[in-house]
Amino acid sequence: MRVALFLTCVNDTLYPETGRAVVKLLTRLGVEVDFPMAQTCCGQAHYNTGYRHEAEPLARHFSDVFEEYEAIVTPSGSCGAMVRELYPRMGERARAEGRGEALAATLAPVVPKTYELTEFLVDVLAVTDVGAYYPHTVTYHPTCHGLRGLGLGDRPRRLLQAVGGLELVELPGADECCGFGGTFALKNPDVSAAMGADKVRNAESTGAQVLCAADNSCLMHIGGTMTRLRTGMRPVHIAEILASTEREPAR
Amino acid sequence: MSGTFVGMPAFPEAAREAVADPTLRGNLRHATHTIRAKRAAAVAEMSDWVELREAGRRIKDHTLRRLDRYLVQLEEAVTAAGGTVHWAADADEANRIVTRLVKETGESEVVKVKSMATQEIGLNEALEAEGIRAYETDLAELIVQLGRDRPSHILVPAIHRNRGEIRDIFRAEMGEWGRPAPEGLTDTPAELAEAARLHLREKFLRAKVGISGANFMVAETGTLVVVESEGNGRMCLTLPETLISVVGIEKIVPTWRDLEVFLQTLPRSSTAERMNPYTSTWTGTRDGDAGEGDGPRTFHLVLLDNGRTDTLADEVGRQALRCIRCSACLNVCPVYERAGGHAYGSVYPGPIGAILSPQLRGTGSEIDASLPYASSLCGACYEVCPVAIDIPEVLVHLRERVVEGGLVTREGNKVVLKPARGHAAERAAMRAARWAFSRPGALRAGQRLASRTRALHPRTLPGPGRAWSAARDLPAVPAEPFRDWWQRTNGGTTEEGTAK
Amino acid sequence: MSSRELILGRVRRALADVPPDDTPYEDAAPRGYLREHGARGAEETVALLAEHLADYRAIVHRCGESELPSLLARLLAEREAATVLVPTGLDETWLAESDVTRVADRAESDAHELDAVDSVVTACAVAVAETGTIVLDAGPDQGRRRITLVPDHHICVVRAPDQVVSSVPLALERLDPGRPLTWISGPSATSDIELDRVEGVHGPRTLEVILVG
Repeated sequence: MRVALFLTCVNDTLYPETGRAVVKLLTRLGVEVDFPMAQTCCGQAHYNTGYRHEAEPLARHFSDVFEEYEAIVTPSGSCGAMVRELYPRMGERARAEGRGEALAATLAPVVPKTYELTEFLVDVLAVTDVGAYYPHTVTYHPTCHGLRGLGLGDRPRRLLQAVGGLELVELPGADECCGFGGTFALKNPDVSAAMGADKVRNAESTGAQVLCAADNSCLMHIGGTMTRLRTGMRPVHIAEILASTEREPAR
Repeated sequence: MSGTFVGMPAFPEAAREAVADPTLRGNLRHATHTIRAKRAAAVAEMSDWVELREAGRRIKDHTLRRLDRYLVQLEEAVTAAGGTVHWAADADEANRIVTRLVKETGESEVVKVKSMATQEIGLNEALEAEGIRAYETDLAELIVQLGRDRPSHILVPAIHRNRGEIRDIFRAEMGEWGRPAPEGLTDTPAELAEAARLHLREKFLRAKVGISGANFMVAETGTLVVVESEGNGRMCLTLPETLISVVGIEKIVPTWRDLEVFLQTLPRSSTAERMNPYTSTWTGTRDGDAGEGDGPRTFHLVLLDNGRTDTLADEVGRQALRCIRCSACLNVCPVYERAGGHAYGSVYPGPIGAILSPQLRGTGSEIDASLPYASSLCGACYEVCPVAIDIPEVLVHLRERVVEGGLVTREGNKVVLKPARGHAAERAAMRAARWAFSRPGALRAGQRLASRTRALHPRTLPGPGRAWSAARDLPAVPAEPFRDWWQRTNGGTTEEGTAK
Repeated sequence: MSSRELILGRVRRALADVPPDDTPYEDAAPRGYLREHGARGAEETVALLAEHLADYRAIVHRCGESELPSLLARLLAEREAATVLVPTGLDETWLAESDVTRVADRAESDAHELDAVDSVVTACAVAVAETGTIVLDAGPDQGRRRITLVPDHHICVVRAPDQVVSSVPLALERLDPGRPLTWISGPSATSDIELDRVEGVHGPRTLEVILVG
């Protein structure tokens, strides 16, 4: 199966190790991964900040880049939700604005074949034990757009539970938002920081060494709060845990 | 603390104070976390919750699509049952009608059931200005009124107060309004409730005019429904000679049968009970067909628009009119939990307030233009909403209205809104980002520049960037972006080496 | 233009974008939800009612038809009630063994008079097991709404299983919207202090329900 890695602009720029981990993991599972170099950004930040019309060219660009692939895999719950949930809505809105079917038709092909990484593993590849080894105590934070947008459910936890050496501990208040919320973090910094601090305190209370999530945007906020609060915990993307093996452990 | 919301600062500034207030944070955290788990348990008892939620959504949507017809049908039914229907296009008109109706009774005081609509229009202040004293009889409303405070929650307007604060308010203020608090009043909730019972009883027993809202109005029968807990509603609805109900036009359901949906979903979503202690339904007056000489002799229904038809005109935003005011969205909202209700600058706080206020009032004021951003879009509100209002969708839609402007309806007229001021820099940044993201080469050039200069990057930022770095460290920029690694290693197939 | 015409006009203009939709009301909303939750026999339904009434602090008693007068007499005596309000149509045998002064439900009695009465005994229109609710419809054996509101002690007699239904939908079917209804689920309560429930505010602070039959 030939799949396209939709890495997301944030990961491409700031978290290349997550991208490398996805490539390593999928390759190990026999998947042929391509990274279309023309990919940029899905337009989520534009859309969610109120710039839907600015997001439209980015969505069209996304569709141009990815539509030829059988499957599109992304290690980001929120960017995955952008394509799956909000691209159809953008098409509907354009229609309601009297601009016809063009946008909806352009975006339609990529919507059903875009998968968040853990969905792709569990639903498409039908694996939960990916042969990973990660000898650390880990707590898992389900990010909002993965949890409530895509409905990832227990997929990430099932994958983590199958990892050798990994001890998974419950995160109190797991389903509460970490306070990132894209531009929310900048527009309402005090509330955002308070939410982040509460999330980090809850994570700390578990005694885990690692807080794991399936979205680096949230981890950027949580991790930045962790170092500021000097917790000694570290944020790690789930792809890096699942890519880690006894022979080639994560750093 | 003033009793009105006029001149509120924008949400972020108002929220900053709340976040820094440890008592308030503690009170809100305690209350919202208490109710969250209970609501989840009450909902989990219902194996058909999904179907009830869908039916609620569809009944409301159906009604809104034919609102004109159902309003006329309701008017006929209420009139036939002996009631009088009044129509109020805005808050001023509603206040004038109610003031006139009270004056016609010759009374100078009224007892009130908790009602969002009368808070929305500022009825108490309007009555006060005409020399009529309105007594709030819901416990939380009483706490707010005695404390000269503002409501901060739809269901529990005094949620920002803990038991100790409530005791202090009762001790200090009850004597000013009537029967003083009992000697030696402690802060146990049962004693506080007893103090309210004693204080209000004399007012109920002598009241000649009651004012209420309603949770539902049944178009086919002309029946009004009030859902409550304490019995203050029953007091106000049954003891006075005259009852005046002020109700938003969106509170209609077509048939008696429709109540079977909402009387199941509202209590569980609201107070997390299988059923609230008291629900009253009445049709017209005691002289109506089956009134049996029971209840008020005169009944007035004031149908309130006050921005609702403007909201109805917006095809994305109109879903907010499905709201049944259960407040489940407030109780699960992480932003509400930290910012508190006052920061929303409206009687409708929390997620539903963030989409209702800017629609009912427009986005002209600083606070209303900031409300659509008072959310991390986490979606918890949508998940618990018993009528499936997609609050995040409407928030994003209203953000668009703020930054792009466009055609909206205000007071029934189509007007073209200009983009809000204060977003120019953001708009420029969004355009620049869109430009770069439309060109992979430009994105790559930017990434490389960031990587090459990474030794120079500070961990904190000046200017607007401080909004991030005041509380969070910045991520370190990697030696090379992923796409460079991909190309250099031929998709990870050749020896990795290190980035140049 | 009157405000009525103004508002109706605004509504019609607001809906201008909505395509004409002649779906009749009956088909507008899916009614895929349940008429009642779970299959129960009559006795199980009564037991569920008792359990749910008690959950919200109503005091529940069960007795046979012949035991009702003595039970009512005992409950009123235990309460040390001197006076009891009686709806005009209440079965006279119910209070035959009680030596408490009876106060009739009179249209002219004002709220202060009612406030001086210790207890009230009524029948009900229907009871809902799933929610622990009794519904009064101001019928002759229940009286005007105010008599079950102002006194601090309410004893409500439910004929089981005839008056007991499982669910809210089944209860609504039995009720006449033209009558003033009061749905009662436990004694008066509030969640207004820290969103925690406390019993006992303005309505009767003690609710006793007798399931007869």
